[in-house]
Amino acid sequence: MGKLFELFMVFFKIGAFTIGGGYAMVPLIQEEICSRKKWSSDEEFLDIIAIAQSLPGVLAVNTASILGYKLFGIPGVLAAVLGAVLPSFVIILVIAVFFAQFAKYKATELIFRGVRPAVASLMAFAVIKLGKKVGISGFNIAMGLLATVLLIFKLHPIIIITASGIIGIITEYWGGRSNAETDN
Amino acid sequence: MLKLIIDIFLTFLRIGAFTFGGGYAMIPFIQTEIIDIHKWLTPQEFIDIIAIAEMTPGPIAVNSSTFAGYKIAGFWGSLAGTLGVILVCTILSALAGKYFFKFKDNRLLKALFKGIRPTVIVLIGSSVFSVGKVALLDIKSIGIAIVIFAALLKFKLHPILAVALSGIMGVMLFS
Repeated sequence: MGKLFELFMVFFKIGAFTIGGGYAMVPLIQEEICSRKKWSSDEEFLDIIAIAQSLPGVLAVNTASILGYKLFGIPGVLAAVLGAVLPSFVIILVIAVFFAQFAKYKATELIFRGVRPAVASLMAFAVIKLGKKVGISGFNIAMGLLATVLLIFKLHPIIIITASGIIGIITEYWGGRSNAETDN
Repeated sequence: MLKLIIDIFLTFLRIGAFTFGGGYAMIPFIQTEIIDIHKWLTPQEFIDIIAIAEMTPGPIAVNSSTFAGYKIAGFWGSLAGTLGVILVCTILSALAGKYFFKFKDNRLLKALFKGIRPTVIVLIGSSVFSVGKVALLDIKSIGIAIVIFAALLKFKLHPILAVALSGIMGVMLFS
């Protein structure tokens, strides 16, 4: 029960302090789950994001559910997802009931203008940290460039993820030598 | 009333089950369902909901579903909207996680993710640009971004502290 509560609290923090949605939660999850609790490695975290992004629904909820399952099975899923969603639910309810003009308050706008640039910095910092972990090899640079080009052509992220996975498999079995074992 | 709550639940269940990419990808879908089909909210109400969903902590899709549910049918509406939007993706993700952790040492799966990892970094990196485009508008906001980045690099500032600090800087610099 103690461990489950700990998992709930970690995702509660993530839900309560991530502003901006989607990948904006990456820095906080990486810090809490990988660096502090060591519940997942940086590499595994990237794999989890890839899975979460390839499924329908909310990225933060998907990530919570996958990590929750990894740690404590179904009870873990419930604890992590509840933790990720509860702050949103409570905050929105309070605003809807008491502060219908929330978005029009001067203070809200000022805080938000300050937080947005910080979110960009946090995300950039997380990209650098995760990039270092994955490593700078010829293969990784080539894959990164390919993904960048496909993104510029506005291909859907799921298509880009699928394509890069297929290339990973092809290069692995090409000539029968095991790249996945030797390069890591 | 119960019929309305069930209706809200099923509508958000559909929204959660069929949109890929979360948050912003969901907004047009919510708009079609809530405004055009069910006429539960006016376009102006919907715009206000999105603005608040963006400014408050948490996933934008969850925030807007909770808020829209509340506007339509009060507390039970917000509960139905929230549960609806997360139910399918929670179950699918847990299933996907189950098989991923079972087979992750498999050679094929390892090769698959070896190809995918650099792509995920590029995807997150590209969203840095889209956030940057709307966040870095003047010298002051660029200054905040630089100060926070330097503090992350130098002092390993915790993300929660970074958010709190930048909010304070926003109030000081922009008022």
